[in-house]
Amino acid sequence: MVDRIFDLYDDLEKQRIMLSFKGDLSTDLITALLGLVEKKMEVLEPDQRTQKRVFNVVMECLQNLFHHNTRVALGDSSGNKRDEPHGVVMIAHDETGYSVLTGNYMAQLEVSDLKDHLDLVNGCEPQQLRDLYKTTLANGKFSSTGGGGLGIIDIARKSGQKLEYGFVPLDNENTFFSLNVNVTS
Amino acid sequence: MTNILLDGSAKTPTVHFDGSTGQLELRGRSIPENSIEFYRPLIDWIDNYAKTPQPSTKLRVQLEYFNTSSSKCILDLFKKLESVRSSGNDVMVLWHYEPDDEDMLEAGEDYQAIINIPFKMVQIEEVDGK
Repeated sequence: MVDRIFDLYDDLEKQRIMLSFKGDLSTDLITALLGLVEKKMEVLEPDQRTQKRVFNVVMECLQNLFHHNTRVALGDSSGNKRDEPHGVVMIAHDETGYSVLTGNYMAQLEVSDLKDHLDLVNGCEPQQLRDLYKTTLANGKFSSTGGGGLGIIDIARKSGQKLEYGFVPLDNENTFFSLNVNVTS
Repeated sequence: MTNILLDGSAKTPTVHFDGSTGQLELRGRSIPENSIEFYRPLIDWIDNYAKTPQPSTKLRVQLEYFNTSSSKCILDLFKKLESVRSSGNDVMVLWHYEPDDEDMLEAGEDYQAIINIPFKMVQIEEVDGK
């Protein structure tokens, strides 16, 4: 494992990752990560609007990870359930702007609904996105944790670009969901 | 009725609801993971206030950030104020935004389009609440 540390470091360096985290996410940890992002953005980014947009996207992405997470413990053959939401988040920064990358396991059953929602959002022009946000806010069904799809719409509005996503099936029940959100500076 | 006075935190806004003056205020940031838990007492308070409201109620909203989980709760808050207005009282929302924060202005306009309460968009220099 020790000889892998340099490779990992080198990979992160090449991808221009300015912050990365993988592990269990508690609300306190999300607060700490957001605090770090806010401080880094104040130093890196002169444009306040871009600062705020990146912060907003990271916040919604982390809260998506927190709320929508499979509870199946990975690599645990006993089938024990995982209690804490788990995932990976990386923020990359280059000359063109910022990328917020997140990944987490989710239930295979929920993949098609999420994919439909992402495709709907990606098919919208900015004004259509705004209208979709308004109708979802006014009429949407909300659970105690989820915003009825508002999060993805808001992320797309703040990004101003198409959302890049992917699903990698693990087994019959679980799929790894990856999302890349670009914010140009 | 008792007023609500809450200090802001890293994820929740400063709240000041004064039933004797009809002046209500939300300021800072509203980004908790569980917004319903935070907003339920505020919504209940307005429900109660609506029974004997002041002739004029002003809600001052000055948020630096809010998450989509809060956005539905804030809408519920506005809906309660809508019923204060429909019973014949003056209600106004003063929506504050920083000059370069077009996104926050748009967010206010989005609410304005959904809610039947007069909104006033107020440009501020800097949001000082945390």
